[in-house]
Amino acid sequence: MSLKNLLLQKRSRIVKKWCDVVLRTYPEQSQSFLKKKDPFGNPLGHTIAEGIESIYDELLQGAESDNIPLFFDNIMRVRAVQDFSPSQAVGFVFGLKKVIRKELGSEILKEGISEEWAAFENRIDGLALLCFDIYTACRQKIFDIRVNEVKKQSHRLLKMAGLAYELPGDYEHPGYEGDLKEGQVNKSE
Amino acid sequence: MADIPESWKVPPPKAWKLSTPEELVKDVDHRPLSLLGLEKGWMRTAPDVEIKPGMHCHAALPKRLETVDMPNPRQWSAMDEDWKLPRNWKEIILEGFKDRLGRFRSFQLFMDICVRCGACADKCHYFIGSADPKNMPVLRAELLRSIYRKYFTTAGKLLGPIAGARELTLDVLREWWYYLYQCTECRRCSVFCPYGIDTAEITMMGRELTNLLGLNIDWIAAPVAFCYRTGNHMGIQPHAYKDMIEFFLDEIENVTGVRMSPTFNRKGAEILFITPSGDVFGDPGTYTCMGYLMLFHELGLDVTWSTYASEGGNFGFFTSNEMMKRLNAKMYAEAKRLGVKWILGGECGHMWRVINQYMGTMNLDIAEGSKLEEPVSPITGTKFENTKSTKMVHITEFTADLIRHNKLKLDPSRNDHLKVTFHDSCNTSRGMGLFEEPRYIIKNVCNHFYDMPAGTIREQTFCCGGGSGLNAGEDMELRMRGGLPRANAVKYVHEKYGVNKLACICAIDRAVLPNLMEYFVPEVDVTGLHEMVANAMILEGEKEKTVDLRGEPLPGREESE
Ligand code: SF4
Ligand code: SF4
Repeated sequence: MSLKNLLLQKRSRIVKKWCDVVLRTYPEQSQSFLKKKDPFGNPLGHTIAEGIESIYDELLQGAESDNIPLFFDNIMRVRAVQDFSPSQAVGFVFGLKKVIRKELGSEILKEGISEEWAAFENRIDGLALLCFDIYTACRQKIFDIRVNEVKKQSHRLLKMAGLAYELPGDYEHPGYEGDLKEGQVNKSE
Repeated sequence: MADIPESWKVPPPKAWKLSTPEELVKDVDHRPLSLLGLEKGWMRTAPDVEIKPGMHCHAALPKRLETVDMPNPRQWSAMDEDWKLPRNWKEIILEGFKDRLGRFRSFQLFMDICVRCGACADKCHYFIGSADPKNMPVLRAELLRSIYRKYFTTAGKLLGPIAGARELTLDVLREWWYYLYQCTECRRCSVFCPYGIDTAEITMMGRELTNLLGLNIDWIAAPVAFCYRTGNHMGIQPHAYKDMIEFFLDEIENVTGVRMSPTFNRKGAEILFITPSGDVFGDPGTYTCMGYLMLFHELGLDVTWSTYASEGGNFGFFTSNEMMKRLNAKMYAEAKRLGVKWILGGECGHMWRVINQYMGTMNLDIAEGSKLEEPVSPITGTKFENTKSTKMVHITEFTADLIRHNKLKLDPSRNDHLKVTFHDSCNTSRGMGLFEEPRYIIKNVCNHFYDMPAGTIREQTFCCGGGSGLNAGEDMELRMRGGLPRANAVKYVHEKYGVNKLACICAIDRAVLPNLMEYFVPEVDVTGLHEMVANAMILEGEKEKTVDLRGEPLPGREESE
C-alpha cells in the first residue's frame, strides 16, 4: 500500500493525535475546555481543530495548496500572542512526524516505502519553516500596530497644531500580508 | 535539519535550553490546579506566576499619584524584583481588606457565597484567548478569597490550605497585581453565575487594595490626573478643545457645504452635551463627533458643549470608588453652573456604567439647587422616564426616538457600500441594557446589517480586550488574546456576509477595535454610530455630496471627471 493510502486509512487517529499535540502545549486544567466544540465560545480550540484537520487533508492532496498557509495563519495568529517562545509556538508541526511514526512506523517498514516517507517528512519540515515565517510576520504585525497606534491617535492633534505629517510608507508594509496570503509552502529539499 | 550550534544562540532572559522538537511538543505549561482548591496548585505562585512583557501595563508615574493625593507614589516597575513597597504593606492590605468588607455588603457576600460550580470558568475572554486557568473568573476571585479565608474566617485561620486559605506573601501580591490587571471588569462572567457573583466587582476591590500601595498602572493613573486638572483624559486645555471642534466644522463644511455653529459653556442652554474626549481627539471617534455636531445643527437643538466637563469617560472608576465620584462630580457641577435642564451624553461605554449605575445616587447632592429636571426631547416631546434619577440621556436613546418620530431626513443608500455589524459594548449592554436602540438606528441609516452569532452579542457580548484602562500599547499581546473571541465572531460575519464595518458606541472600542481588526480581520474597519447617522443624513441646504466624512467616495456619487 502506498504511504498516501496508509495516511488516509489512519486519518482520524492521526489528526486527533496531532491535534492533541497542539492542545498539550496549553495547561492541563484547560484541556477539557479546549476540546469543547463551540466555534464562538471556544475559538482557540475550534481554530486548532479545524486547522489541523484541514492542513492534514491538504497535505495528503499532494499539491502545494494555497489553503495550507491560511490555516496555519489562523492558528499562528493566536499562538503568536500567547505565552510561547518562538520554538514552542511552532514546535507542534514536528509533532506530526512523531505521531505518524508511531501510528505507521511498522507498516512503513513492512511496505518498504521509507523513501516515500522520507519525502513526506521533508514536506513536514517545509511546513515548519512556513509556520515560522507566519509566526514572525504576526510578531512583526504586533510591533507595527504598537508603533502606528500612537501615530494614528495623535495625528489629528498634530494636524491641528500645524505639525501634520503623513505616516511614512514603510510603516504600512503594503503587500506584507499579501505575501503571506499568497505564500507558498516552503520547499525544504 | 541541521542543528544550530550552541554558540549561536541569543540568550533569552531565562536560562536557555536547546530543545528537541519532541520536547517542544511536550506539555509546555503545566500548572496543576483544581477548582476544589484542595491540591496546592492554584495557591502556588512563584515561579509559576511570571510577570511577562506584553501582558501588563507600565507602572504609574509618581507625579500622577501626587496630583490626586494617592498614597505611596514612587518610581517602580512590575518587572523589577523590588517593588519598593512600604514596609508595612501587608498591614495596609489587610486593613484595607477589612475596611472594604465592612463598607461593601456585596464584597463580603461575593467572598462567602461562591460554590465553585465553575459556570463562569470558561466565560472570560482572557481565559478563552489564553487558556491560562488563572484567567478563569472563579480563580481570579480566588486570588482575593484565599486571603480572605486566611485572615477573616475561622476555618481558614485554623485549617489553612485545606480550607483554601493562604498566607499573604510578596508573591501573592505580585500574582494579584498581574491578574487583577488582566480583567477588564466586563462582567461577562457574572451573567453566567447562578449566584449573581460579579467578579468585576471583586477585581475593583482588588485594584483598590493595590492602589493603597501605589501599584496603579500609568494608563489609568495618567488620565485620572489629567482629568482632575483639565477635565479630560488627554490634559487638553479649554481653548484647544474648542479649537479642535472648530477644526471639525471646516471638515464638515468641506463635505456638506453647511457651516455649523456650536456653542461652548453657554449659560441658559436647555441641554448640556458631554462626550468622551476620545471623540474629540482620536480617530475614528472624531468622525462620530462630527456626527453629533451635524445632528445638533440639523435639529436646531438648544445645546451647549463644555470645555470644563470635557470628558465623559472616568478612569477613576478603574481606580477607586472615591476617585470615580470625585471625577464624576464635574457633570452635575457644570450642569448646575450653566443652568441646563438635562444632560445628553455621547457614545461611550464605561462612562455610562458610571452614570447609569452610580451617578444618580453618588453625586446627586451636587445637583441640588440646579435646574435639572426629568429629560424631555424638545423635538419629539418624549419623556425619558428611565433617566429620571440621573437626568442624563444616552445619545442613541435620543436619536432612536428622533427616527421613530420621523424627525430626521435619512438616505440610507449613502451607506450602501457598508456591510455593518454591531459590537455591544460590555458596559452599555451589561451595565444598562442598551440593545435595541443602536440596532434600530443602524437599520435606519444603512441597508446592510448583520448581527454576529448569539452568544457573542447583547448581554453575552465579548469585550474588545482593552476595557477598564487596559488599552495601553505595551500590553498588546494581552489585548489581542482578550480580543480573540470578539474578532473571531467578526471574522465569521465578514466571511459569511462580507461585513466590512464594525459599528460600536464606545470610545474605548473605537480606540481598541481598529487594532484588533488590523491583526485578526484587516478587511473590517471600525465606526461610531453617529458617524453613520451623519453620513446618511440629508442636511438642509447641503451641497451635492460626493464623499463621506472620512473623505471617501460615496457609492454611485463619485465626482464626475
Ligand atoms: S459561577 Fe458563580 S458560584 Fe460558580 S464558580 Fe463562578 S463565581 Fe462561583
Ligand atoms: S469581569 Fe470580564 S475580564 Fe473580569 S473575570 Fe469576568 S469575564 Fe473576565
